[in-house]
Amino acid sequence: MAVVFEKTKALTDAKLHYCPGCAHGIVHRLVAEVLEEMGEVENTIACVPVGCAVFANNYFNFDAIQCAHGRAPATATGIKRVHPDKVVMTYQGDGDLASIGTCEIVHAAARGEKITTIFINNGIYGMTGGQMAPTTLPGMKATTAKAGRDPKINGNPLRVSEMLATLTGPAYIERVSVSTPAQVTAAKKAIRKAFEIQKQGLGFTFIEVVSSCPTNWGLTPVKAMEFVREKMIPYYPLGVFKDITAEEGK
Amino acid sequence: MAKVLMKGNEAVGKAAIEAGCRYFFGYPITPQSEVPEYLSSELPKVGGTFVQAESEVAAINMVYGAAAAGARVLTSSSSPGVALKQEGIGYISNASLPAVIINMMRGGPGLGTIQPGQADYNMAVKGGSNGDYHNVVLAPASVQEAVDMVMEAFDIADMYGTPVIVLADGLIGQMMEPVEFNYVRREGIPEKTWALTGKGKGERHNIKNLVIDPDDCEAWNHEHFEVYERILANEEAWEDYLMEDAEYAFVSYGTASRVVRTAIGYLRAEGYKVGMIRPKTLWPFPQKAFDKWNGQVKKYLDVEMSMGQMVPDVAYACNDKNKVVFHGRTGGNVPTVDEVVAFAKEIMGGDK
Amino acid sequence: MSTFSIIFAGFGGQGTQSMGKILAYAAMLEGKEVSWCPSYGPEMRGGTSNVHVIISDEGIGSPVITKDATCVVALNKPSLDKFAHTVADGGALVINSDLAELEEGQAKAGTRVFNIPANKIATDAFGGSKLANLVMLGAVVYATSPIKVESIDDAFTHVFEGGKAKFIPDNKKAFELGFNCAKELDK
Repeated sequence: MAVVFEKTKALTDAKLHYCPGCAHGIVHRLVAEVLEEMGEVENTIACVPVGCAVFANNYFNFDAIQCAHGRAPATATGIKRVHPDKVVMTYQGDGDLASIGTCEIVHAAARGEKITTIFINNGIYGMTGGQMAPTTLPGMKATTAKAGRDPKINGNPLRVSEMLATLTGPAYIERVSVSTPAQVTAAKKAIRKAFEIQKQGLGFTFIEVVSSCPTNWGLTPVKAMEFVREKMIPYYPLGVFKDITAEEGK
Repeated sequence: MAKVLMKGNEAVGKAAIEAGCRYFFGYPITPQSEVPEYLSSELPKVGGTFVQAESEVAAINMVYGAAAAGARVLTSSSSPGVALKQEGIGYISNASLPAVIINMMRGGPGLGTIQPGQADYNMAVKGGSNGDYHNVVLAPASVQEAVDMVMEAFDIADMYGTPVIVLADGLIGQMMEPVEFNYVRREGIPEKTWALTGKGKGERHNIKNLVIDPDDCEAWNHEHFEVYERILANEEAWEDYLMEDAEYAFVSYGTASRVVRTAIGYLRAEGYKVGMIRPKTLWPFPQKAFDKWNGQVKKYLDVEMSMGQMVPDVAYACNDKNKVVFHGRTGGNVPTVDEVVAFAKEIMGGDK
Repeated sequence: MSTFSIIFAGFGGQGTQSMGKILAYAAMLEGKEVSWCPSYGPEMRGGTSNVHVIISDEGIGSPVITKDATCVVALNKPSLDKFAHTVADGGALVINSDLAELEEGQAKAGTRVFNIPANKIATDAFGGSKLANLVMLGAVVYATSPIKVESIDDAFTHVFEGGKAKFIPDNKKAFELGFNCAKELDK
């Protein structure tokens, strides 16, 4: 029988534990496909976070390490400095990266560490059960903001891509989503570009993926994808925020 | 190699390089800032890498990464900074990774003082991070010993797959003494077959920290404790100072033990039969030293630059808390010779 | 066996730590055990600064000197007040007499006191007081002989390496002026 589709070899056969409608599965596959297509699976080391993606090291079929909450960019720095010829990535959620790990991500970016960060922004703490994240939208409900996030009480969300784009160290920053097939295709292109820039040694690369959490949002998978398009993306607009290859006319 | 006069902070940096360490991740704090300063200029000369991290927290997590990547890696700090590193030390320990952490202790708690202290004994020896684990803790009493112990720390870390803390203090960091560097790598250090290097054509390496199933996590802990049993059996180290006829034994480590050594000179001159057990490893605590001398020692005189953090370990080691008496200074003060002599005389009475 | 314990004390910037370092170096090059233990912290930036140097034929205990100092070197009055009592019986007190004056009864009986006008000596010889610390060091070496005089030359070549070698002649001269001044006073 002819093989018409084959799962990427850059993912293991372990069954994903993610909820239906969660974007992690899609993004894992995009990362894996890109690395396989680039021929870098044997050359890649992933730093995985604390949060829903804590088991990503069981899914990625390459070297990986589980990091302390928010510290993946620091751990990746240590790895990349020892193995500058390897592809080193962090895969982090918004609680991990934009709350407890804000310091580490900002400084890894500022240093221009030659790593790639995949940042999953779904506006909520998933693994711990729906608490408010630094990226929770105003008015969005969370178990620690039951009436909805009130900026007067809970402060305002962080737009991480925009913030990091003000720094000199990053080489490439793009915000993508995976709520439509077209977005998935565009996201894969962005992820590939980030890894390519890392391979060229040009600096820090960062792909933010506006994602979904149907379970903690209390929505069906389809409604969650609608929420991404109707509520999340207007607050977190998609696009390229920094691209030194374009600036240099390459 | 000829002796050179070096400041402790710079000497430990050189010792690390001599022992093959090529990676340092750290953050400035008094009284250890000369360590990062020295390594920032010396590591690049040998093809190494120095990164001034954004915080101690980031630094220790960089150490976690570099250790996982198979490198000999160092970080250093002083008390409040080492407090910040505790999270990462726990992760490194849980992942059975080798790393060396130097603590040039100062008085605390909190921001405390920048003057020398020994009040991080509990933090280093009893844990400091969450969970069931031990650090190997080495306690140098001179610049030369700090050099030797930093070199040895890398070997011990690699031998057992554990963080090793070199617990010195601000005085040892700031003081200059003649040193020589004679690193001889231990036999039997295992290859780092588990290191993250990209899987190449082989099996992938996966360094875990979350062991979510309680039975698995318990088994994981038991594996660590089997390693600790080997460390306990092999790595205890101490110095017996004038113990042969001693009826009273000081127990003191690091800078405090230097003061005690001088005090013993005065006491011996007056005919007191007094010596010192000087732990060189604080974990494992040198139980064998106490087993050896317990029969002849009437009292143990614990002298520290803390409020007595080592006392419970001395009491446990001699199996008689009534035999242990304590004198300490804290908050950045070093005990004086006169003070120690007076304390000992009060305990000994006229018992010569 | 013999042990020399010397406290150098003055204001930050007077060169207490470097004079201690030169002496420690000279002793190390003679094969002695040595410790050089500084005060550290804010005093580096203008407050009082002191360094404790111990030179011995055997292992050194406390690197901090709190009693029985072979010599106390006071480069200012606060240092003299703080450390004069630390001198051992029959020990030496070497004072920069341009900056500090010993009060009646301040030194223990039997203390050998050397009042060295170090600033004046340095200024007369070099047009400024910068090398007063080396003048004082010369006096200390005469007063207590912790090292052989000729060892100081070896120390200079180690402490003033490379481009700093040009400072050696003046430092050596200042040292000799201090040494000879103490010798004169001792007659």
